[in-house]
Amino acid sequence: MPEVPAISEAPTIPESLSGKRIAVTGATGFVGTALVERLLRSVPGCEVIPVVRPGRRGGAEARFARDVVRNDCFDRLRDQLGDRFDDEVARRVHPVAGDVTVDGVGLDQQAREALASADVVVHSAATVSFDAPLDAAVEVNLLGPLRVARAMAGGSSPGHLVAVSTAYVAGSRRGTAPEASLEDTPFASEADWRAEVASAHRLRGDTEAESRRPKMLDRFRREAASELGAAGTPLLAARAERQRGEWVRNELVEAGRARARMLGWPDAYAFTKAMAERALVAERGEVPLSIVRPSIIESALAEPKPGWIRGFRMAEPVIISYARGLLREFPGLPEGIIDVIPVDMVVAAVLAVAAAGPPADGPDFYQVASGSRNPLRYGQLVDLVQGWFTEHPIYDSHGQPIVVPEWSFPGRGRVQRQLTRATKVLKGTERALSALPVRGRRAEVAGKLEERRGQAERALSYVELYGSYAECETVFQVQHLTSLWETLSEDDRRLFCFDPSVIDWSRYVREVHLPSIVTHARVRTAPSRKGRSQRSERGRSAVLAPERHLAAFDLENTLISSNVVDSYAWLATRHLPDLARAKLAARLMVEAPSLLALDRRDRGDFLRFFYRRYEGAPVSRLREDAWELFNTLLMTKAFPSGLARVREHRRLGHRTLLITGALDLVIEPIRPLFDEVVCAKLGERNGRLTGEMVAVPPTGEARALVIAEYAARHGLDLGQAVAYADSTSDLPMLEAVGYPVAVNPETKLAAVARKRGWHLEHWNRAPGARPTLLPMGPRIRGGARPMAGRGR
Amino acid sequence: MTAGRSGTVGRPGLVLEVDRSTPPTMFWHGDGFRMERLPVGSRVVYPPEPAVPLSDPTAAIREALENPLGDSKPLSALLRAGMRLTIAFDDVSLPLPPMQAPDVRQQVIEAVLDEAARAGVDDVVLVAALALHRRLTEAELRHVLGDRIYDAFAPTGRLTQHDAEDHDNLIHLGQTDRGEDVELNKRAATSDLLVYVNINLVSMDGGHKSVATGLASYRSLRHHHNTHTMVHSRSFMDPASSELHSSNWRMGRLIRDAGVKIFQIETTLDGRSFPDAYGFLNRREWEWKARDRATFLGAKTALDRLPPRLAQTMMQRTRSPYRLTSVQAGEVEAVHDRTIDVVLNQQRVVVEGQADILTMGLTYLGPYNVNSIMNPVLVACLGLGYFFNSYIGKPLVRQGGVVIMSHPTPWAFDPVHHPSYIDFFERVLTETTDPAEMEAKFEESFATDPWYIHLYRTGNAYHGVHPFYMWYWTAHALDHLGAVIVVGGERRAVRRLGFRSASTMQDALEIASDVVGRDPTLTHLHTPPLLMADVR
Repeated sequence: MPEVPAISEAPTIPESLSGKRIAVTGATGFVGTALVERLLRSVPGCEVIPVVRPGRRGGAEARFARDVVRNDCFDRLRDQLGDRFDDEVARRVHPVAGDVTVDGVGLDQQAREALASADVVVHSAATVSFDAPLDAAVEVNLLGPLRVARAMAGGSSPGHLVAVSTAYVAGSRRGTAPEASLEDTPFASEADWRAEVASAHRLRGDTEAESRRPKMLDRFRREAASELGAAGTPLLAARAERQRGEWVRNELVEAGRARARMLGWPDAYAFTKAMAERALVAERGEVPLSIVRPSIIESALAEPKPGWIRGFRMAEPVIISYARGLLREFPGLPEGIIDVIPVDMVVAAVLAVAAAGPPADGPDFYQVASGSRNPLRYGQLVDLVQGWFTEHPIYDSHGQPIVVPEWSFPGRGRVQRQLTRATKVLKGTERALSALPVRGRRAEVAGKLEERRGQAERALSYVELYGSYAECETVFQVQHLTSLWETLSEDDRRLFCFDPSVIDWSRYVREVHLPSIVTHARVRTAPSRKGRSQRSERGRSAVLAPERHLAAFDLENTLISSNVVDSYAWLATRHLPDLARAKLAARLMVEAPSLLALDRRDRGDFLRFFYRRYEGAPVSRLREDAWELFNTLLMTKAFPSGLARVREHRRLGHRTLLITGALDLVIEPIRPLFDEVVCAKLGERNGRLTGEMVAVPPTGEARALVIAEYAARHGLDLGQAVAYADSTSDLPMLEAVGYPVAVNPETKLAAVARKRGWHLEHWNRAPGARPTLLPMGPRIRGGARPMAGRGR
Repeated sequence: MTAGRSGTVGRPGLVLEVDRSTPPTMFWHGDGFRMERLPVGSRVVYPPEPAVPLSDPTAAIREALENPLGDSKPLSALLRAGMRLTIAFDDVSLPLPPMQAPDVRQQVIEAVLDEAARAGVDDVVLVAALALHRRLTEAELRHVLGDRIYDAFAPTGRLTQHDAEDHDNLIHLGQTDRGEDVELNKRAATSDLLVYVNINLVSMDGGHKSVATGLASYRSLRHHHNTHTMVHSRSFMDPASSELHSSNWRMGRLIRDAGVKIFQIETTLDGRSFPDAYGFLNRREWEWKARDRATFLGAKTALDRLPPRLAQTMMQRTRSPYRLTSVQAGEVEAVHDRTIDVVLNQQRVVVEGQADILTMGLTYLGPYNVNSIMNPVLVACLGLGYFFNSYIGKPLVRQGGVVIMSHPTPWAFDPVHHPSYIDFFERVLTETTDPAEMEAKFEESFATDPWYIHLYRTGNAYHGVHPFYMWYWTAHALDHLGAVIVVGGERRAVRRLGFRSASTMQDALEIASDVVGRDPTLTHLHTPPLLMADVR
């Protein structure tokens, strides 16, 4: 007979929660996922009701299955249960759809009843990002818990609400923070949460209105144009609208941060959480309330496995940036406490609070923090991190280990000033560079600059966002938590450990946390050199996969480093006497800058304007000269790798399509490379050109239409198509296809391509090719006309 | 001997043994020169001095046309009114460097056209016998034929260039007893008379090869332009021991038996390759006079200092003062036997025994980069194809020996003339430098690539398969040698070719010692002007 354990005076946590219906909001989050897993694994008798925002694909059930159950958090349970895992989940977990950002929790009647009838509701939904726009933070962090409480109050005997808050509701202040209602703490702010909600809503409206003033709209349009160039109206419009949205968001983020700072909180997150506590305490009605305030939640110490973490959280980006050598300095007080708590301790504490039952009188407060029992000093943490990355460096794209910097813990102001200055200088240089007509590898300099600026900006935002946490001098008291701990049985203490004094910081940082986040960040941990070349190799083989079936090419600077002016000059001078040749060349050179400017503004207008010069030109002679032009000028300016690529597509059975603003008779010699050519064509009258185009030239957004029409006509899927082009005026075409390739991109397109991870090609003229300095046709001896020819 | 068949030789070639008093030896180095002090005991093979030219070339040509060799009537007797006459001529790959006007071909064709006019022949078509070479430009055609012929024939479309991909204008004449297809230019093969005008610069040229190669299609050429043939042509400069020539001769006889009437006109030149301004190039170093030294220094300094592009243009503009030393006409084989006698007589140098190391200086110019760029593949072909094979009997270097070539070997290509070379260099040589392997794996895809065919037919591009042929030309050398070293070449390009790179001749000799030991024998091939080493 097995030994029966002695019955302790109080029931254990699993016993207390057995038979209970436990609803969890924020189940797809870090704490929520761990909580659901813990309930399933360690509290066998309970039923779990995750309140999940339905995803775009499928409802709450589907999203829960996809975003929660599939997480590696459940690996341990899956191993334990084997084949029974799915049945167990289906039997005990009943997700309902609900959105705390919508009034009434966005619940249907059935779900509302489920929530109202729950014995325990753990509210862990929050927007953890510290730089959320004010109104969004208010909506989720402040109003969210209130809505949950109201939904619960709708039931006949409301269950126990355990709300997860944050220890930093105490604000930026020196000294100890007690486990008590904010009203009862000595340094409570007087801010009225209702007024804050109203003003946040108003601010959203005001900012939206502000962003729609003509002056602002004009600014967004100009910003879009300077980023994308002549990309065509639809793309520029979409970009400008996005620009406006971003501006509004930034304004609201800034507003949130400023308001929080002014009232004494480090950021909008802590501020809205604090307001939420107040609102809950004031508005909970009959709902029994416990508030759990964790400090900085990091990877699991032991449960479900050491190092488990979900999402990239607060300290991780900072640590990884540091390991990459990008944070040369970071503010902080070396002797200050950085209050970290592993996620499994937070979960255990929440369950213990839930098991302890509703508080007898008034709301309960528990702080889950390590600072007062087992402090981790900031200086110690930095030493541990530095030591670990010195032993286990990550590697740069050249396969070299990165040496982590030594921090001298300067003041926040100084670091911030330095970074702000660096950002400004980089931005200015970048803008100057993007105005230059460079392309290909030279344009990559701009890319490097942009990367540097991005790094500086990110560093700046880390300092702004997290600097105050490294300078925090608050010590969070945990007496209440400790007394809860002392009521637990031995079994509970083993299974549901939330005693921060058991953490060995050195072991936790070096053996649990850092290895886990290095894996999560997918950084290079071995000195391989593949990176970049491997990536470009992957891009190339994706473009040349047999499933691709259509490849569209731009001509100028994509396949040939020539343009319509070159061709015109060559053809026009072909039959001119010396003096006239020189005059024509000189005239074109004088005109060049204005032509270039027109071309940059609108390619269609430029072609229309320029092609008028062909008025009266004899068609048959141009046709003949075009072959000579091809052999003497275009071939010397062609990119052999580009032409090889066209043929490679053909070999693979892909259709090839040329879309160009060049004239039909000029491109005649390269026609055999393509299945179809869409180009400019001039009208003819009496054997002479009229100088007017017979159709709208394929430029800008028209190119996207051309390729879409072609695909539709041949029953091809644009998602499988490839497009090659060199400038932002081709963006519509590049965006229309599944596999865009930027060839020798000019600065703006290079930036776009880099951001979107498009495949890049650098194609050069044949090494040794000697194109003429001036695009002039060779002089003809003897005046005799045709070349000795093979039949053409 | 009549006035038409001269070829009197000047001072014969010479093998000099280097001693302490020997001045440094001049090496060609692309567009420039290097002076190298060869180890004492090395041997330098100098070409014979230019032969004495014919005093009246026009008369000699007339006389040859009226006094044909072999089983042939005089040209005048072969011409009649109403007949179809086709005159084929060698392209600009000959002679090297291009000769000062008037070109020999112009002189010969004018004489043939005079005869045709006299006989009242109206239907005359000229065809440049390109095989798979690039089309000539207008300027080049005018240079080869002269303005008078060009202006008379080009505007009416009667000046044509052979198109090996124009299947409507090719005719399949049959297969030889070895199964070799013979497919020729239809106009030429179906004419009542085909006159072929040749320049026999080296002993590889002429004979049945003129028509069987120059006017053939890829289908026909692949039977002898392949690795197997080239490895078994020892050398291809020695028709008697050349599988390349055996195949061409089989084809030539089939062409004759198929009823194609050929009147072959072959010419030889005197070996005066360079104009007086470059007199030092025609002389031996120890005989250089003050003027030679001065022009050498001037030329070298200028070429070294000029931007490569200008140096290249300066050298490419060089026109040789070649003059006619003999002209033979009539039946192909009889004519060619005589021609080969003259050529060998003018170029032969007897060399005793093989060396461990063969050194050579490579010029800026080979047959395939007239008015163009000598790309790395052509560098390999000039050294290991042409110069290595300039022997009768056995190679100048022993089996397993080393060739050291001097050339800057820039990573440069002419995109108009050599588009398929660029892809060959990037796609084929990166995978293999073995001629047989690339033949099996890559040749067909290049030969049938529609884009290359398009460029060959309408542009001025060599056929897609041509770089392969150039590489096959080196097959015998690659098979024979232990190592190839390039002095002063661009390292990446040299490595791509599969050769080793050295910055100085001393370094090259050091590297060679790995293969041939510490105390090797060395022969330097002092060419051009051209020579044929008769190695015994």
